[in-house]
Amino acid sequence: MTAALEVQSLNRSFGALQVTSDVNLTLERGARRALIGPNGAGKTTLVNLITGVLKPSSGRVLLNGKDITSVSQADRARQGLARTFQINQLFRGLSVLENLGLVIGERDGHANNLWRPIGTNRAVLDEALDHLESLRLVDDALKLVRELPYGRQRLVEIAIALAQKPRVLLLDEPAAGVPSSESHLILDVVASLDPDIAILIIEHDMDVVFRFAKQITVLVQGAVLVEGSPDEIMNNEQVRAVYLGQHSRHGGGSGG
Amino acid sequence: MAVSDTPATIDRTQARERAAEFLQRRHRFQPAEALPWLIAIAAYFIFPDRMTFGSQVLIMIMFALSLDLILGYAGIVTLGHAAFFGIGAYTVGLGAARLGWTEPISGLFAAAIVSAFVGFITGWFLLRYRGLTLLMLTLATAIMLQEAGNLRSDFTGGYDGLPGLAFQPLLGLFDYDLYGRANYIYALLALAVVFYFVRRIVYSPFGQALTGIRENVRRMHAVGSPVHRRLVTVYTIAAGIAGIAGGLFTQTNAYVTLTVFDFNYSATVMVMLILGGTGRLYGAFLGATVYMVLEDKLSKLSPTFWQFGIGLLLVLAVLFARRGLLGLLEDASKYWSKNKKVKP
Amino acid sequence: MPHFAIIAVSILFDGLAYAMFLFITSVGLSVTMGLMGFVNLAHGAFAMAGGYVVVTLTRNFGIGFIPSLAIAAVVVGAVSVVFERGLYRRLYKATDLEQVLLTIGLAFMAIATATYFYGPIPKSVPLPLWLQGDINLGFRSFPSYRAFLIAVGAVLISVLWYAFERTNIGAKIRAAVDNRRMAESVGINVDLLFTLTFAVGSGLAALGGGLAIQLFGLSPNFAVLYLVLFLVVVAVGGLGSLKGTLLAALVLGVFDTAGKYLLADAGGFFIYAVTVVVLLIKPAGFYGRE
Repeated sequence: MTAALEVQSLNRSFGALQVTSDVNLTLERGARRALIGPNGAGKTTLVNLITGVLKPSSGRVLLNGKDITSVSQADRARQGLARTFQINQLFRGLSVLENLGLVIGERDGHANNLWRPIGTNRAVLDEALDHLESLRLVDDALKLVRELPYGRQRLVEIAIALAQKPRVLLLDEPAAGVPSSESHLILDVVASLDPDIAILIIEHDMDVVFRFAKQITVLVQGAVLVEGSPDEIMNNEQVRAVYLGQHSRHGGGSGG
Repeated sequence: MAVSDTPATIDRTQARERAAEFLQRRHRFQPAEALPWLIAIAAYFIFPDRMTFGSQVLIMIMFALSLDLILGYAGIVTLGHAAFFGIGAYTVGLGAARLGWTEPISGLFAAAIVSAFVGFITGWFLLRYRGLTLLMLTLATAIMLQEAGNLRSDFTGGYDGLPGLAFQPLLGLFDYDLYGRANYIYALLALAVVFYFVRRIVYSPFGQALTGIRENVRRMHAVGSPVHRRLVTVYTIAAGIAGIAGGLFTQTNAYVTLTVFDFNYSATVMVMLILGGTGRLYGAFLGATVYMVLEDKLSKLSPTFWQFGIGLLLVLAVLFARRGLLGLLEDASKYWSKNKKVKP
Repeated sequence: MPHFAIIAVSILFDGLAYAMFLFITSVGLSVTMGLMGFVNLAHGAFAMAGGYVVVTLTRNFGIGFIPSLAIAAVVVGAVSVVFERGLYRRLYKATDLEQVLLTIGLAFMAIATATYFYGPIPKSVPLPLWLQGDINLGFRSFPSYRAFLIAVGAVLISVLWYAFERTNIGAKIRAAVDNRRMAESVGINVDLLFTLTFAVGSGLAALGGGLAIQLFGLSPNFAVLYLVLFLVVVAVGGLGSLKGTLLAALVLGVFDTAGKYLLADAGGFFIYAVTVVVLLIKPAGFYGRE
C-alpha cells in the first residue's frame, strides 16, 4: 500500500552548512509518528522541506506515491498536506469563525467567487462551526483571534490545519508556548484526531510523545539517528546519550 | 428537540446560531451607509455653484476606492497607481481627440478595459515582488509611461495637453451646462455603480481571501491559496476602476495633460486613503472629501502652509491615528457607548 | 580625435560626475535601510537642507564654498540624530507603509519650510575661482567643477571603503546589516551603530545636496524630485551595500547621461528602464540580500 508521505534521501545545505542530511522517512496512512531531537537538529527545517517552504538540495518528497518535490507549497496543501507552525500563524485581525471560513473557502474554491457574500454560504458556515464545536471553540467564534489567550489561539491553529481536510498533517510543537494549565486541551485534541490521517508531530514534551506516538524518529544535526517504537527509542543507548538523558520520565535506571 | 438535549447542548446551539447570524447579517446595508450618498445628493442642492469641484471630489473618491482594494484589503503598497488613472484619462482623451470617440459611457468602458489590461500585464510581472522592490518597480513603470507619452507629445499633446475635447451629452439627453451640474450627477452615478461592485467584492469569499493575504500571507500559502493569482486579479480590477476615474476626469474637465501620471497623484491618493482610513470602504469617501475640501480652502490662502499642514497631518496620523479618521470615529463611538452603559 | 570618441569621453566624464553625486547622496540611505530596514523618504530633505545651509553660509556669511560644505555636512548630520532618536526610533517596528507616510510627511514639511524661508526660485552658489571655468585637455575642455566632483567622489569612496572594510566599526556595521540579531547577541550595540551610520549618511546627503547646487540649482522641490533617483540607486544597488550603491550609481549615472546625450527627448526613460530590468532579474539589487 502506498505510503501517505515518503521522504527519500532528502538533503539541504546553506553554503557549507548541511542542515538536512540524507533523511528518509515514511508515514503510512493513520501513522502516529513523533519527530524528536535536540534544539537545532533541523526538525522544523525538515517540515519546511516537506511542505515546500524550502527547496531541497537533493532528494524527493512523495505524497500518496506522487512526486511533489517540485510542486509549490500551495499546491501541496491543496493535495492534502497540512501543517501547523511552531509560532501561531493566524489571521489575528479576524474572528475565529472567519479564520476557519477563510480556510474552507480556499480549500473548496469558494474564494474564487467575487460576488456572493460570505454569510450566504450556509454550508461553509456550518462546517466552520462544526470544526469549532469539535475543539470547544464555539463560544469564541466571534472573538478576534488576537483577543484570545495563547492556548486557545493554538487550538485555532490546529483547527485551521484540520479544516483543510488533510491526508497528511504535520504538527510543529503543538503544545509550545501553551501554559501547562491549558496544555491538556491540545493533548486531548491531538489524541482524538481522525485515525485515517497520517500525522507527524514535532515535540519536546516527552509526555506528549509517549502518549501519542506509535513510532519515533530521532533527528540529530540534520540526520536520522534512529527510528523505532517508543520502547525501542527509550532504551536506545545512543538516544539517551544524545538527547533523552535526564529528561526521561521513566528515570535513568529502569528498563532493560 | 431531542430527549438528550441538556442545557449545555442548548447553550452551544444558541452560541452557534448567534455566530452564524452575525456573519449572515454583516454584508447587509446598514442605515448609516446611506449617509455619504445623502450628503452627496444634498451637496447638489446646497452648493449648485461648486459642482465642478464636486465632480472632482467624486472622481478622487473613486480613485481612492480603487487604491483601497489593493492597499487596504490586499495589503499591497505601490507608488505607481496614478499610472492607471492616467491610462484611463488618456484612453478617453485620445479616443475623443484622435478617433472622434465622444460617447461618454462607452468611453468609460474603454478606459476601464485598457487600464485593467495594463494592470493585468504589469501586475502579473510585478506582484511577485514586495517591499522596496515593488515600490520602485511600480514607480518606475508609472514614470516610464509618462516619459513615453512625452516622447510622442505630438500625438499625446504632452504636458500642454490635448486641446479641444468635447463630449456628447449623456445618453443624448443631458446637456453639459456651464456649472457642470449634469457632470456631477454623471460622476455620482458612476461612483454608485462602481461602489456597488467594490462592496460586493469586499464581502465575498474573494475579498476575505484578500484580507487573509494581508493579515498573514505565510498562512495563505500554507493552506493552498493561489496568492499570486488573487493579487493579480484584484490589481487588475483596481486598475480598471482607477481607469474609470481617469476617464471621468478627462470627460468632466474636457482636458487632459501628462501630469495625470505624476507621482504627486499616486502620493496624494495614498494620503487621502490613510487620512480616511484603509480597508474600510468609506475611508476613501471621508479621506478624499476632507482632503479636497481642505486643499481647496487652504491652498488658496497659502500653498506653503497647505503643504506644511498636510505633512504635519501625515506625521500625526501615523503616530496617533493609524486607522485614519474612520478609526478615530469608531474609537470615539465605542468610548461613548461604553460610557452610556455605565450610567444606571 | 574621432567624433564618436569625443562624445564617448564626454558621456563618461559627465556620467561619472553625475554618478559621484548620486553615490555621495545615496550611500547613507542604502546603509541605513540595509541596517534597520527603515524606509526613509525624508532623505532627500536632508540633502536639500544641506544645500540651503551651504547657500546661507556662502551668501549671507561670506564663508568659502568648501568650508561651507563641511559645516553643512556636520550640522545636518547632527540635527538628523535628533530626528532619529526622537521620532524614527518609534517606527522601527512599524509597517513599510507607515514609515513611508511618516517620512513623506516630514519631507513635505521640510519643503514648505524651505519655501517659506528661501522662496521657490532656484538658488545658486558662488564658487571659488579655481572651481569656475574649464580644464583644457586639448581635444576638449571639461568644466572644472565636474572634475572636482569626481575627485571628491573618489576621495570619499576611498575613505568609506577603508572605514567599511578595514576598521572595527565597519566590520560591526557589516555584521549588523548581515544579521542583526546575531550581531546583537555577540554584544554589538546596534542601536548606537545605527544612530552613527544615520548621522554620517545624512551628513553625506547634505554634502551631496551642497555639491548638487552647481549642477541642478537648488529649489525646495529638490527634496522629492531627486528622492526618486536616490531610491532607484539604492534599490538597484542593494540595501546596505557600499559596493552596490557605487555600481548602481555608475551604471545609472552613465546610462542616464548617455540617454540624454544621444536621444535628447527620451533621456529620462533610460534610468527607469534599467531599473526595471535589473530589479526583475535581481529583485534585491546588485549586491542586496534576498
